[in-house]
Amino acid sequence: MSVDVNFMIGGEAGQGVQSIGFLLAKALVRCGYHVFADQDYESRVRGGHNFFRVRAKDSQVYAISVPIDILVALDRDTINIHRTELTRGGVIIYDGEKIKDAGDGGTMFSVPLDRIAKETTGNTQASNTVALGAIFGLIQSDISLLSKVVLEYFGAGNVGEDNAKAVKAGYDYVLQNYSGDYARSLNAIDNKQRMLINGNEAIALGAIAAGCKFVSGYPMTPTTPIIEYMAAKSREFDLVVLQPEDEIAAVNAVIGASYTGARAMTATSGGGFCLMVEGLSLAGMTETPIVVVLGQRPGPAIGLPTRTEQGELEFAIHAGHGDYPKAVLSPSTIEDAFWLTVKAFNLADKYQLPVILITDHHLASSYFTADKFDLSQVVIDRGTLLLIGDYASGSEYKRYRLTDSGISPRAFPMQQEGVLVVADSDEHNEEGHLIEDAETRNNMMRKRMKKLVSVERDVALPKIYGSQEAEVALVGWGSTCYAIREAVDILLEQGVSVNSLHFSELWPFPSGGVSDILKKAGRIYIVESNASGQLAHLIQAETCVKVSDRILKYDGRPFTPSDIVQEVKKRNK
Amino acid sequence: MVTINDYAGGKPAWCPGCGDFSILAAVKKALVDLQLEPYKVLMVSGIGQAGKLPHYTKCNVFNGLHGRPVPAAVGAKIANPELTVIAISGDGDGYGEGGNHWIHAMRRNHDITYLVHNNQVYGLTKGQASPTSDPGSVTKTTPDGAPTPVYPIALAIAAGAGFIARGFAGDIEHLAGLIKAGILYKGFALIDILQPCPTFNKKNTYAWYRERVYKLDETGYDSGNEMSAFEKAREWGDRIPIGVIYRRETSSFEEQVPALKKGPLVKQRIEPLQIERLLSEFI
Repeated sequence: MSVDVNFMIGGEAGQGVQSIGFLLAKALVRCGYHVFADQDYESRVRGGHNFFRVRAKDSQVYAISVPIDILVALDRDTINIHRTELTRGGVIIYDGEKIKDAGDGGTMFSVPLDRIAKETTGNTQASNTVALGAIFGLIQSDISLLSKVVLEYFGAGNVGEDNAKAVKAGYDYVLQNYSGDYARSLNAIDNKQRMLINGNEAIALGAIAAGCKFVSGYPMTPTTPIIEYMAAKSREFDLVVLQPEDEIAAVNAVIGASYTGARAMTATSGGGFCLMVEGLSLAGMTETPIVVVLGQRPGPAIGLPTRTEQGELEFAIHAGHGDYPKAVLSPSTIEDAFWLTVKAFNLADKYQLPVILITDHHLASSYFTADKFDLSQVVIDRGTLLLIGDYASGSEYKRYRLTDSGISPRAFPMQQEGVLVVADSDEHNEEGHLIEDAETRNNMMRKRMKKLVSVERDVALPKIYGSQEAEVALVGWGSTCYAIREAVDILLEQGVSVNSLHFSELWPFPSGGVSDILKKAGRIYIVESNASGQLAHLIQAETCVKVSDRILKYDGRPFTPSDIVQEVKKRNK
Repeated sequence: MVTINDYAGGKPAWCPGCGDFSILAAVKKALVDLQLEPYKVLMVSGIGQAGKLPHYTKCNVFNGLHGRPVPAAVGAKIANPELTVIAISGDGDGYGEGGNHWIHAMRRNHDITYLVHNNQVYGLTKGQASPTSDPGSVTKTTPDGAPTPVYPIALAIAAGAGFIARGFAGDIEHLAGLIKAGILYKGFALIDILQPCPTFNKKNTYAWYRERVYKLDETGYDSGNEMSAFEKAREWGDRIPIGVIYRRETSSFEEQVPALKKGPLVKQRIEPLQIERLLSEFI
C-alpha cells in the first residue's frame, strides 16, 4: 500500500512551529520519503496563528492535501481551528498539562511537552522539539536520523545537545505511553540523497551558478531569503550584496553594475517592483541586461503580505514606460526555479534587455524534494561581446552599432584603451550620445524592437501533461503547475478525459505555437491565482482564442488539487 | 601624456553664459591634472542641464534617469572599483528627486565623487523652484514663495559624508582643485557647485557671487572639525564660504567588502561547478 501522510504543526509565532516543521520534513527526506512542505503565517513576529504542513509520500509529491493525519497543537487555537480537518483515525498531539479540557480522548494524545522539556534541558524552550520527537515516535521512524538532523540544525554546542535530548525524550514518551490505534509507520525506506529545497533557495543557487556577481535588494516578503542566502554565500563566491535605501536604488545599482560588466540581479515583490518600473524602462533603453525576481503576493497595495497570488502577470509584461523589449519567465516547478534563473541571465546578456523572473509566495517559500541539479548542464552565454581584436585603435567604439540582428557588440568600461562605452536613457545615436532627429529615433526603435522577435525563438511553449489530446484542458502558469497536475491525475482516475497545458515562459508570448496547441485542446479551463484571469487575457489578446472558463482563486491560499477537481466536476457537466 | 584634447567632446546645448561651461572646464582640468586616461573614467549623470555634461567630453558615460545617478554610480563602482566614478547631478536631480539615494550613499561611503550643479532653480523644465531655492522665491510653481530650502552641506555632514566641499563655477582653477581632491579621496566626496543660471535665476548671478564668496583655505579654517563645519554649512548671505568644508579620513564601502579584495567583480571567473558543495547542504 502506498504511503501518503499529512502532518500539521500549529501554534503562535515564536513557538518554533517553522523550525520543527522544517526539521520533520528534512528528517523524512533522509528516511527516503518525498516531501512537500509549506507554511501559513501572519505578518507578525509573535502571537497569532501559524501552521506548517508536511506531506510525505513514497512517490513524488508537490502539493498539500487535506485531511490531516497527525496534528501537533502547540496552542489551543490550533486544536479549535483544525480539529475538523483531521482524518478518521488521525491523532492530535498536544500538551494536556498546559491545554486543559481539550475535548474527547479518542483522537487526542497528550504529551507533557513543557514538563519533559524542563526535565531534560532545565527549561521549556525545547518543548517544540519534544513534540518533534513525539511525532517520530508515533510514526515509529528512525530516531537516530532525526537526532542527526536536529544536531546539524542547532549545532554541536549546548543548544544542539539539549534539543537532541528533548527529541529523544519526546520519542521515548510516545513509545512508552501511546496505546491508541494509529499505526501508519514511516520507517526509513531508502538512503538515496535528495534535496529539500524551496523556490527562493533554488533561484539563489541558479543565480550563483549563472555567475551573478552583484545583488541589490530591499527586504520584502516573499523574496527576502534570496538576498539573505546570497549574502550568506557572498564571501565564499566573491559576490557583493548591497542592501539599498529603496527598490529604486536597487534596480539602478543593478543596471550600473551590469553596464560595467558584472552579472547583476535584484529581487522584490509587487510593491517594490512598482518602484523599479522606471528602471526597467532604463534597462530597455540603454540595452543593459538585468534580472529582476518578482515574487508575487496578494495585492493591491500591501494586500496579504505573507500569502500567495498570481496577480502581476499583466503588470510584469507591460511594466515600464514606452515600447521596449523584455522577457518574462515564470518557474512552474522547483527545477524551473533553478534552470529558468540561469536562462534569465543568459537571455538578458544575449539580447541585452531586462528579464523578469516572476514567481510567487507559494513556490518561493514551499519546500520540495528534488534530485541535485546537474551542474554540468549549466551554460553561461554572455552574448555578443566586443573582443580585443575587434577594436581598431583610433576608431570609435559604437555601443549601439546598427546591425541586422539589432544586437550591438557590448564592451565594458576599462576593457581596453580607446574603447569608451557611452549609454544614454535619452534616445541616442550609434555612439550613445543623445539625439532628437526622427530618422535616428526610428532606426534605434526598430533596432531594439527587432530583438523582441529574436527572443521569441528562445521562449519555450507550454508543456503538455497527460495525453496529447483530451476533452478538457487545464491551462495555467507558474506555481499552480503541481496542483493542476495532481488534479489531472485524480480526474483521470475518475474517468474524466483531461490534460494540462502549462506555461513557464510567457513573454514574448509564443503566439504561433500556442495557437497550434490550443486548436487541438479540448474545453479550456484557465486555472489562475488571481481575480481577473490574466493569462486568459493574454491568450485572448495574442491568439484570438476565447477563454471564458476560468477557475480563479484569490484568497491568498495556494490551490490544492481538490480545489481544481471540484470546480472541474461542477462545471464540466 | 593625457592632454585637454583627450577630453574634447560634442558641442554643448546650454544657454550662453551658463555656469555649466565653467564646470565642464574644471572637470576636464582636474582629469588632465590627475593624468587619468578617459577609458578609466566613468561619468554617471541624471537628467537636467547638468546631466548632459558627460556628452560634452570624452570618457565612459552612463546618462541614466532623473534623480538616479548615484545608485547607478554605486553599482558601477562596486562592479569595478578600478574605475574613477564621477556622478553628476543638479539641485533638482540630486537634492530633490534623488535625495534619498544621496543621503544613503553618503552614509554607506561609496568611493564616488558627486558633483551637484546648484543653481537654485529648475532649468530644463524652465524656471520652477528647486529644493535649494531661497525661501520665499516666487516661481511659476510657487506663486506664494518657496518653502525652507535643503542645506546640502549641513545635511551631508549629518549623513556622515567624509569629504564635503563647495565650489563656485566662476573660479575654474579653485573648482578643479576641489574636484581633484574629491577624486583622490577614498570615500564619498560631495562637491556642491554654486552655478549661476543667467536665464532663470536673475538673483544669484556671477557678479552677486563674486561679491560674496571667499576661500576657506585662506582663512586658517580647520576642515576637520565637525561643529565648525556645521556653522560654515549655514553661512549664507553677505559672505559665502567655498573650499573644503569638512573632511575626515574614512574607509570606503568598496574597501570593506571582502569580495572586492580579490579584484573587480567584472574580472572574476564564473564557474558553475563550484556550487556543487552548496547543493550538498540541502541533502
